[in-house]
Amino acid sequence: MEKHKILPASVQTAVAQAMQIGASTDAFSRESIQKAPRIRDAKLVHSVCPYCAVGCGLNVYVKDGQVLDIEGNPNSPINHGTLCPKGSATFQYTVNPSRLTKTLYRAPYSDHWQEVSLDWAMEQIAQRVKKTRDETFVTQLPDGREVNHTLAMASLGGATLDVEENYLMKKLLTGGLGIISIENQARI
Amino acid sequence: MPGLGTTLGRGGATTFPQDLVNSDCILIMGSNMAEAHPVAFANVVKAKERGAKVIHIDPHYSRTSALANLYISIRAGSDIVFLGAIIRHLLTNNAYFHEYVVNYTNAPMLIRQDFKDTEDLDGIFSGYDAVTETYADQSSWDYQRDQHGRPLQDPTLQDPQCILQIMGRHFARYTPEMVESVCGVAREQWQQVMQILLENMGRERTTALCYAVGWTQQSKGVQIIRAAAIIQLLLGNIGRPGGGIMALRGHASIQGSTDVPTLYDLLAGYMPQPAAPLVAQPSFQSPSGKDIDSRSLSTEKVYLPNPNESGENTLEEYIATAGAKTGWWSNFSAYIISLLTAWYGEAMHDGDNDRGYRWLPKITGDHSHLVTSYAMLDGHIKGYFLFGQNPAAGSTNARMQRKALAQLDWMVVRDLYEVESAAFWYQGPDAVDPSQIKTEVFLLPAAASTEKEGCFTNTQRLIQWRDKAVDPPGDARSDLWFVYHLGKRLKTLYADSQDAKDRPLQALTWDYECAEPEPGTRILDEPDALLVLKEINGYYVRPPDAEGMIQSVCTLRDAPHVPGFTALQDDGSTACGSWIYSGVYPAAGNNRAASRIADGSTNLQWGFAWPANRRILYNRASADPQGRPWSERKKYIWWDETQKQWTGYDIPDFPLYKAPDYEPAPAATGMDAIAGSDPFIMKTDGRGWLFAPKGLKDGPLPAHYEAAESPVYNALYQQQSNPVAKYFRNRKDNPLAPVGDEHYPIVITTYRLTEHHVSGPMTRWLPWLNALQPALFAELSPELAAERHIQHGGWLVISTPRGEIEARALVTRRMRPLQVRGRTIHQIGLPFHWGFQGKSKGDITNDLGHMVLEPNVSIEEAKAFTCNVRPGRLHEGR
Repeated sequence: MEKHKILPASVQTAVAQAMQIGASTDAFSRESIQKAPRIRDAKLVHSVCPYCAVGCGLNVYVKDGQVLDIEGNPNSPINHGTLCPKGSATFQYTVNPSRLTKTLYRAPYSDHWQEVSLDWAMEQIAQRVKKTRDETFVTQLPDGREVNHTLAMASLGGATLDVEENYLMKKLLTGGLGIISIENQARI
Repeated sequence: MPGLGTTLGRGGATTFPQDLVNSDCILIMGSNMAEAHPVAFANVVKAKERGAKVIHIDPHYSRTSALANLYISIRAGSDIVFLGAIIRHLLTNNAYFHEYVVNYTNAPMLIRQDFKDTEDLDGIFSGYDAVTETYADQSSWDYQRDQHGRPLQDPTLQDPQCILQIMGRHFARYTPEMVESVCGVAREQWQQVMQILLENMGRERTTALCYAVGWTQQSKGVQIIRAAAIIQLLLGNIGRPGGGIMALRGHASIQGSTDVPTLYDLLAGYMPQPAAPLVAQPSFQSPSGKDIDSRSLSTEKVYLPNPNESGENTLEEYIATAGAKTGWWSNFSAYIISLLTAWYGEAMHDGDNDRGYRWLPKITGDHSHLVTSYAMLDGHIKGYFLFGQNPAAGSTNARMQRKALAQLDWMVVRDLYEVESAAFWYQGPDAVDPSQIKTEVFLLPAAASTEKEGCFTNTQRLIQWRDKAVDPPGDARSDLWFVYHLGKRLKTLYADSQDAKDRPLQALTWDYECAEPEPGTRILDEPDALLVLKEINGYYVRPPDAEGMIQSVCTLRDAPHVPGFTALQDDGSTACGSWIYSGVYPAAGNNRAASRIADGSTNLQWGFAWPANRRILYNRASADPQGRPWSERKKYIWWDETQKQWTGYDIPDFPLYKAPDYEPAPAATGMDAIAGSDPFIMKTDGRGWLFAPKGLKDGPLPAHYEAAESPVYNALYQQQSNPVAKYFRNRKDNPLAPVGDEHYPIVITTYRLTEHHVSGPMTRWLPWLNALQPALFAELSPELAAERHIQHGGWLVISTPRGEIEARALVTRRMRPLQVRGRTIHQIGLPFHWGFQGKSKGDITNDLGHMVLEPNVSIEEAKAFTCNVRPGRLHEGR
C-alpha cells in the first residue's frame, strides 16, 4: 500500500510561483503553512464500490485505524475518480452508528432480541445445521437413484459478497453438507 | 444468463462499458442506464459527443431518455414485438451483414423436417406436452446431421429448412403495423430506430446494445435477450469494438456469484449441478398440470426418471451429458475433475466414490429461491441462511415471503443493519404476534466491503481485488470468516462419524488459516482470502518436474499455481475451484485481480477479466473470415500472417495459432472440429446461434407472449402467455388478474433509483441518501391522475390481487398513456426500495408482485404486471 501522495512537484512549483508574484512567502501565516489536508499522512487503501456492478475504483483513506474518507479512484479506467450518489455514500455505509455490532438472538416465540456471544451463536448454528441435516438427509430416491442431499435447508445471498465467500459457501453447503437450494440475487 | 450463453456461448456481457465510446450507435432497452449505472453511462455520453446516436426505448422516461437522441415510449412486456420487427426487416430486405451471418452464425444450418414453428401451431413449437406444460421433447429442434454428427448446411441460405428461411417465416408477422398495435409505438418511430441501426452496421460501423433487468424480470426474459442477440448477430456487431451486448448487472459481484456460483443449478464455471430429475406421473398431476417442483417436496409422490433426460448417475454419464464432443466444452472433464479435486482432495480417490462425484448432491427439480419460498411456506424448509439478502422486502410477493420465514425452525441473518428479514417476527405492515412465531433467529453482524479483502466481479466480467482498510466493528465478521468457522465447527461435530453420508464433509479440503494474522488486527482467526483465490485459480496437486515426472502430492498451501485453464487435467493432477477464473492468480505474488495499471486503451493490466483476461468476447469476429480486420476503423483482433498467430488490442478469444483457413476433418473432435473461421468457440459448431437447437426450455426462437398479467389478449398467437412459464396457478398465495380484468386495468412497471439500492439494506440507514430520496412514490401520467382524481404530491393506493400499498403521487409526463389495439393503456412506475425498517420507511412495492417465473431461470415478472390506483391512503389516520 502506498502513502497518499501530495501534489506533484511540478504543480507545487507552479502554484508557488504564481502565489509569489509581487509578494513574499511571509504573507502566509504559520497556520497556513502548517495546514494540510487531513488525508496527507493517511494510508491509501484500494477498494471497489459495493453497490451496482459497474465496479468503480475507491480510494479509502485510513488513519489511526479509522476510515477518514472514501473517494473515487482517479486512476481507475472505469470511473476516473467519479462516483454516483450511492458510491459517494460508501463512507456512511461503513461508518454508521446504526450498524449492528453485537450478535443478537431471538428464541422461538420470544418477543425480544437478546445479546449473545458470537462464539455461542456459532456453536448453536453448527448444531442446528447438524440436527436438521441428520434428520432430513436423503441418500437415495425410491427408484434407487443416488441423490445425497437435503432439501430442508436453504441459503440466499451472495451477489454483494466476495467471490471467495461465494466459493466457500457453495463448497461447504453443497459440496460438504449436501444442501441444494443455494441461491442469490442473480435469480432476482 | 442463458439468453447470452445459449446464443453466443458464455453467460456474460460480451463487451465492457468503456468500449461504448467506440460505438456509432447505442441502443438502450430494458435499462435506465443513466440512473441505475450512472458511471458506466458516462461512456454513452462520451460516445454521443463523438457523434454516436443514442436510442432509449422504455415505458418510463428517465435521465437516460433525456440524454438520448431518440426516446420511444413502449408498453411494458411488448419488447419481442419491437425487436422481432427489426429481425423481420433485416431478413425480408436482405439487409443483414451477409458475410458475417453466413460464416459466423448458424443461419445456413438445416433443422429437422419434423420441426414445427409457432406459425404452424399458433404460438407453440413442436415437442410441447400440454400435461406437464413443458417442451418435453425437443428433438425436432435439432440440426439435420451427417454420419459424423456434423450439422448439414446450405451456404446459399435457400433451403426451406435452413435457419435463415425458418426465421423468415417465423418473424413474418412481426410487422411495423404489429409494433404500432401491440407496443403502442407509432410505426414511424420504429422506422427511425430501424434506419439508425441500418446506418450503423457493416464493415465500417458498429452498434452496441445495453440491457438490464427491464428484460430479465419478465416471464419471457431469456427470449427477449435472445432476440437482442439475434439482432446483433444479423447486424454483425458481436465480437467487434463498439458493438456487442452490454448486460448491465446490478450488484457489486452478481456476475461473480454466477461465475463462482451460489446458485442451486450450477457448479463453478457454468457446469451444471448434477441432476436426478423427478417427474410426476401424469395421472398424479393437479389439474393445472404444473408445480412438479413444489410437489416434489411433499412426501406423497411418484418418482420416475425423466425419460427425456440422459442419466447423470455416474461421473462418466454426467460428463457425456454436460460436456460436448466438439468445441471448447470438450475440455469439460478436466474442469469438473479439477473441481472435485479442489473440493475433496486426495479423498476423491478413496473407495468407490467415483472421484467424489457420488458425494455431489443431485438436484431433483427446481430448487430456486422463489420455488424454495413456497416449500418454506409449506413447512418443508427448516433452516435458512441469509447472507446480505432481504427477501421480506426485496423478493417478489414479499408478504408471502414474510409468512414463509415464520414457518422456519431457525434462520441465520448476516447483515450490517437490522433488515426487514431479521425483524419480520415483530415488525411489518401486517399485524404480527411474536408469541405465535416459532422461528429462532440468529442475527450476526457482517463486515463491510472495506473491512475485508477479496474480489468483486463486475458487470464486464472484470475481477477486481479489494484490500482491507480497517477491522470490522464489534462482533462483525466477514462472511468468509463465518463460513470458514462454521465449516470447522461442523467438521469437528462430524469428526467421529462412520456414516457414509458424512464422508464428503470429512473429506472436504478446508484449511484456509492465515499463516500469520495481518499486523495490528483484532481478529486473529480471519481466514486467508488469498489462499481461497489460489484454490479458485487452480494449483498443481502433482506438479511434474522438468522431465515431466510426477514427484509428490502438494497441498493448496505449498502447491505451485496453474498459469491458466489450459493447464488443467482430468487425471486428478490439478485442482481448480472455477476454471473460467483460472489465470487470475497465476503465480505466487502475482494476483492479477489486484493489478491496477491503466493504459487508456483496453486496460489489460487493470484487474483480470474472465476468461483469460479477454475484454471483448468472441473477438475473432472482429476480423473477416480470412482473418483481416473488417475495416481499418474497426480493427481489433486479426491474423498476423508473418507471425502465424492472432494478434491485436485484446487477448484473442480463439486458439492463438489456428489459421483462419483451417478446415476440420469430417470426423474431427474437440477444438479440432472448430474451423479457423468459427468465432464462437464455446458452441459445438463454433457459430452464433440465431436458432437454438438445444439449451432452452421455451423454444428455439423468441416469440411474443403477453405478460402473465396483461390488459390485452395476444395479437400474434392464440397462445396468450409463455406456455412453459411457471404459473403456480394452484397456489392461493399467488392470485393473478385475468386478461383484461377491469379491476386491474393499469400496467405497472418497477425500477431502481440512483440514490437507493434494491430493498434498501445498503442505503436506507444512510442519512445522506435518505435526504436525496426520502420516500416511496409512484409515477403516473397527468391523464391518469385526472381520470382518478389523484393530486401531484398527494397519496394514492396501488392495488393488485396480492395486496395494496400506498405511495406519494408523482404526476408527470414521464409516464405516457399508449394507444394499444384501439384502447388507451395507462402505465405507472414504482421504485421498490422501501420497507418497515431503517431510517427511511415506506410501503413494500414487492408486496404487489406475483410469482410467475420465467421457465429457464425462474426469475419473477416484476417489470410488467397489472394494478389499479385510487386517491388517498391505505389506512386512514396514518
